[in-house]
Amino acid sequence: MKFLVLISQVPDTTARIAFTNDNTQYDGNGVTWIVNPYDEWYALVRALELKEANGGSVTTITVGGADCDATIRKALAIGADDAVRVDAQPTDAYGVAAQVAAYAKDKGFDIVIAGKETIDHNGSQVAGMVAELLDLPYVPLASKLDMAGSTATIERDVPGGVEVVEVNAPFVISAAKGMAEQRIPNMRGIMAARTKPLTVVPATSVETLSSTVKFELPPAKQAVKMIPADQAGQLIELLHTEAKVI
Amino acid sequence: MSVVVFIDTRGEKLPKAAQEALTYGKHIATKLGGGVTAVTFGDGANLEGLGAFGATKVVVAKGVKTIESQQLTKLVADTTAAEKAQVIVCIHDGTGKAVAPRVAARLKAGHVAGAIGLPNMDGGFQVKRNVFSGKAQAWVSISSPVKVISMMANSIPIESNGSPATVSDFSGDLGVARVTLKDVRKSGGGINLPEAEIVVSAGRGMKGPEFWAPVEELAKELGAATACSRPVADMHWRPHHEHVGQTGVAIRPNCYIAIGISGAIQHLAGVNQSKVIAVINKDPEAPFFKAADYGIIGDAAEVLPQLIAAAKKLNAER
Ligand SMILES: Cc1cc2nc3c(=O)[nH]c(=O)nc-3n(C[C@H](O)[C@H](O)[C@H](O)COP(=O)(O)OP(=O)(O)OC[C@H]3O[C@@H](n4cnc5c(N)ncnc54)[C@H](O)[C@@H]3O)c2cc1C
Repeated sequence: MKFLVLISQVPDTTARIAFTNDNTQYDGNGVTWIVNPYDEWYALVRALELKEANGGSVTTITVGGADCDATIRKALAIGADDAVRVDAQPTDAYGVAAQVAAYAKDKGFDIVIAGKETIDHNGSQVAGMVAELLDLPYVPLASKLDMAGSTATIERDVPGGVEVVEVNAPFVISAAKGMAEQRIPNMRGIMAARTKPLTVVPATSVETLSSTVKFELPPAKQAVKMIPADQAGQLIELLHTEAKVI
Repeated sequence: MSVVVFIDTRGEKLPKAAQEALTYGKHIATKLGGGVTAVTFGDGANLEGLGAFGATKVVVAKGVKTIESQQLTKLVADTTAAEKAQVIVCIHDGTGKAVAPRVAARLKAGHVAGAIGLPNMDGGFQVKRNVFSGKAQAWVSISSPVKVISMMANSIPIESNGSPATVSDFSGDLGVARVTLKDVRKSGGGINLPEAEIVVSAGRGMKGPEFWAPVEELAKELGAATACSRPVADMHWRPHHEHVGQTGVAIRPNCYIAIGISGAIQHLAGVNQSKVIAVINKDPEAPFFKAADYGIIGDAAEVLPQLIAAAKKLNAER
């Protein structure tokens, strides 16, 4: 099985969220960048597990500038065989998907796998768009992926429950919690990652369909109203009569 | 200049989020001077009734029984072309995420995922959405002729004063299903978390799964969904689908009650868009109090029975 794992670089979960240039750009100053947790913990690790069990290869792909290379090496340290970086500044989800699809279309990947969303854009868009551009089946929000030959059995979260579905490779899938357990890279992995191939490929031209015009931070909260613990029942009254939310 | 709204009508009841998506589409259609065509699949009943929420027409593909993203994408794209629709509305949930991005790529349409309000259409087309897991919002402008919006549940009030819609079967060819359904497991009979208006959530401060009965009882009295922090789901005290936060479900109910949750930044990310937040924690220094509207410093074991009693009293009075 040939796996292609989509890896996105995102700010660490504790990073300060602030904007520059009249609130049009994320302020990455002093931010620690990480592999998007869904891409790393679930998509990459499950691809590695399946490769270890059945053979094959795991390639990662990232759309971004050279500033992504350190993050890409983290994915290699966890165990990916090689990495591809499409040298383009991401504009919108379609832009990223079009670059990935342009690279992947003639490479014969059996399974294209991504995290269910990134923790910065939260779009859950790229994998689905890649699937459409490659004319492949797509199963989003999968919490389990098992392979028997080229047939996959997948569990996915749907509103109100879980569905079990079957699909034959090649296909595209997005990974949610439950699919695998986080792997901490060991020293050997980190050393090996330094010399694994990271191929930079030129971008293709892609039209921009949407653009972010302005960011906003949520308004600051008003001071909290405290209720004594021995009169806790008041909370219910206040939620009913004052806040009018219950 | 019509609007296509894609919803899943297979359940016994029309989900609240679907009612909201239709209302959302109706607002846009009114601005554009057109109508709403609801697009759905499977064998749901009472499709005329979608008219109440703003649909004038309903197109249904009865042969599609599951969320087969390629068939459903073709269904939505072909109906959009037939109706000459300009805007496509989906819900930002498991069904919408399977279809909306595909439709957008197929039609070369700009896609805003996770919209939290109606678009601003004065002189352009801008939609506000959540970014950084709810720690910030962004206005996104779409420049393509056709636009796709995936709406977060609880973004706008539902309106239900329309008249019955006309229903027709989709007549085109959707090809074969490449993803086949083998089994469905429903997750309890509880209230669906992402669209719940009231959520009672509890964390590691509860000490163990055996102490959840009062949390569930309070939720039941308030008509609320239950949720939990990440360690609680990781330790299998509660099912994964209850995990809220940056790496769990993002929710925006009217009322979020957090019991024994410290309020770590990753937890807040998924819940800080709740309209009102009430926090119960025995530690006065718990960071969650800074994000709360109401707070009680106290032990969950002592506070919960009082809340349940007060909720019962309230229910008896109304
Ligand atoms: C990359 C990353 C992603 C993450 N994503 C998420 C996420 O999506 N969602 C999430 O929730 N977390 C997430 N976390 C974890 C997060 O950092 C916190 O560890 C977690 O939210 C803590 O859960 P908790 O509040 O239940 O437990 P704790 O931090 O252990 O807090 C328990 C609280 O209960 C209080 N308490 C104890 N006993 C009682 C009592 N008897 N009565 C009342 N109060 C009591 C304590 O004072 C304390 O404040 C993430 C972490 C990382 C690194």
